[in-house]
Amino acid sequence: MKKIRILIAKPGLDGHDRGAKFVARALRDAGYEVIYTGIRQTPEQIVAAAIQEDVDFLGMSILSGAHNVLFKKVMDILKKEDAEDIIVFAGGVITEDDIPHLKALGIKEIFTPGTSSETIIEFIENNSSKNN
Amino acid sequence: MKKKYEDLVKKLLEKYPERQKEFITGSSEEVKRLYTPEDTKETDYSTDVGYPGLYPFTRGVQPTMYRGRLWTMRQYAGFGTAEKSNQRYKFLLSQGQTGLSIAFDLCTQIGYDSDDPMSAGEVGKVGVAIDSLADLEILFDGIPLDKVSTSMTINAPAAIILAMYIAVAEKQGITPDKLKGTIQNDILKEYIARGTYIFPPKPSMRLITNIFEYCSKYVPNWNTISVSGYHIREAGSTAAEEIAFTLADGIAYVQAAIDAGLEVDNFAPRISFFFNAHNDLLEEVAKFRAARRLWAHIMKDRFHTDNPKSQMLRFHTQTGGSTLTAQQPDNNIVRVTIQALAAVLGGTQSLHTNSRDEALALPTEESVRIALRTQQILGFESGVTNTVDPLAGSYFVETMTDVIEKQAKEYIQHIDDIGGMVEAIEKGYVQKQIENSSYEYQKQIERNERIIVGVNKFTTKEESQKNLLRVDEKLELLQVQKLHKTKAERDEKKVHESLEKIRKISRTQENIFPNIFEAVKTYATLGEICNVLREEFGEYNEQLVL
Repeated sequence: MKKIRILIAKPGLDGHDRGAKFVARALRDAGYEVIYTGIRQTPEQIVAAAIQEDVDFLGMSILSGAHNVLFKKVMDILKKEDAEDIIVFAGGVITEDDIPHLKALGIKEIFTPGTSSETIIEFIENNSSKNN
Repeated sequence: MKKKYEDLVKKLLEKYPERQKEFITGSSEEVKRLYTPEDTKETDYSTDVGYPGLYPFTRGVQPTMYRGRLWTMRQYAGFGTAEKSNQRYKFLLSQGQTGLSIAFDLCTQIGYDSDDPMSAGEVGKVGVAIDSLADLEILFDGIPLDKVSTSMTINAPAAIILAMYIAVAEKQGITPDKLKGTIQNDILKEYIARGTYIFPPKPSMRLITNIFEYCSKYVPNWNTISVSGYHIREAGSTAAEEIAFTLADGIAYVQAAIDAGLEVDNFAPRISFFFNAHNDLLEEVAKFRAARRLWAHIMKDRFHTDNPKSQMLRFHTQTGGSTLTAQQPDNNIVRVTIQALAAVLGGTQSLHTNSRDEALALPTEESVRIALRTQQILGFESGVTNTVDPLAGSYFVETMTDVIEKQAKEYIQHIDDIGGMVEAIEKGYVQKQIENSSYEYQKQIERNERIIVGVNKFTTKEESQKNLLRVDEKLELLQVQKLHKTKAERDEKKVHESLEKIRKISRTQENIFPNIFEAVKTYATLGEICNVLREEFGEYNEQLVL
């Protein structure tokens, strides 16, 4: 069976990548194929990487508060590029008030601070079985 | 006696085993059951510990420490526009804060104007948006710059922001020699841990040494750099790695300045440091003491200076942001109190205490007030300020001080072997070390080996948090309009000429600072100046180590 491929991405300008790196490594240790973009990526770069790497999941992390603007851009470009089959999840400093709006954009799940890697792995498993 | 004690413990353990198999510090260092004079018998009081205000400054940089003056209470603040942030600074000063600390938004920190496509969504979010001198004039409106000291968290464009600050002072009728404050100006830790780099290491180091040189002549009371371990620790390092990598950065700056022809005692007294205060109270106190002793040795042995001002490590502390939990956020007040106590017992020169709501958003005014009051309670009520370095002589604290110093020395030796800090960063060594420590720490939490109250133990059903500060998305539009107005009103020819002068001088070995100073006075924007330098210097690409 093909290994599940996941892109972990840091849109925007913030350099707080401790969480993104932890998630990337924890997912890799759980047996997935994980690619990490590094910090300060534009929405265009992220979507291009997701398509080029042929990923099943895209996980994005923002801690600066720019998520409403930048996540929307990524979702718009995914749509434009016909890549909406990629399942998107996100994390960072995101307040509860913003979550319904972000989910309405098509982001499948938002993981707030304190989430364990087990929860994220469970999410990947639940959503990939439905997909494949 | 010792035998008697050991027998007693043995008997006790048969009946009542200890809570854990092993006990570790916040940095996973093993802690023994008991420390005795045996652990510190190698320590020589006069050479290793000594007296405060005297080499090697283990006990503090001032002879009387907080009996003379308390630390500077300095809350890092800034958001939205210059007008909004100016209001917050005036509020903080009215509440008894004794110094300012400016947070800039990420666009400013990475050298993009607010109308740059790269700035979308980020304007005013994590700090104040500064595009030109016009913004800085508003930011310090009504704040006399000869009366306050101002710390500015700015790195890659530090020269530009400092030039603007000097220009604002000039307009207030204040000469540069009266200015007191700090620019962070520490690019190496941006590559390692914080991320707001612009240019590659070589031209970045040149900008830094240009600032050292300019300030030694014209802004003598300015701290020209704040070599920062804070962000290294926030990225997940241990206490010993925090000290080691920070001092190794410090070594690189001192060496670069010497290589550029500066005299060590002309710039080294203005080097300051910035550390994190994490949860493990006694380990953190030991860390601060170890850092002071190690830096004094480095300055004396490696750089051959006998000037105490060049040898002493003065530092700012911020409580550890990554230790704050989104769960039961009021618990953070207690965490911050313990961390701030560590900083004070460790002899900090200035302190920022985080606010309880910062795992969720920028702090509200009420939260910031509690954070500031925490410092005031420590300063005026706790009694820990009455005597200098009260934990000295504790068998455990002195042992930990030795252990952290020894480990840090080994890391620094390894970095020397690689060829210095710039090389170590380019090879990804430092980033990898931090990432490994960070991963292990988080795994300990996930395995419940490390308890975080409210996260993996003593959890409650979380209520949705009310009263969080939100930065209005409309501020971005407002800031862009302000920028366009400034551009419409300035003399374009002068701006263009000043930018071309910067380009020209950037290609020489001369000090670039005076030209940047001239350019900011024409209201050339931060983005315009950085773009010229980007064209000339190129841009840094992240060293990915995952």
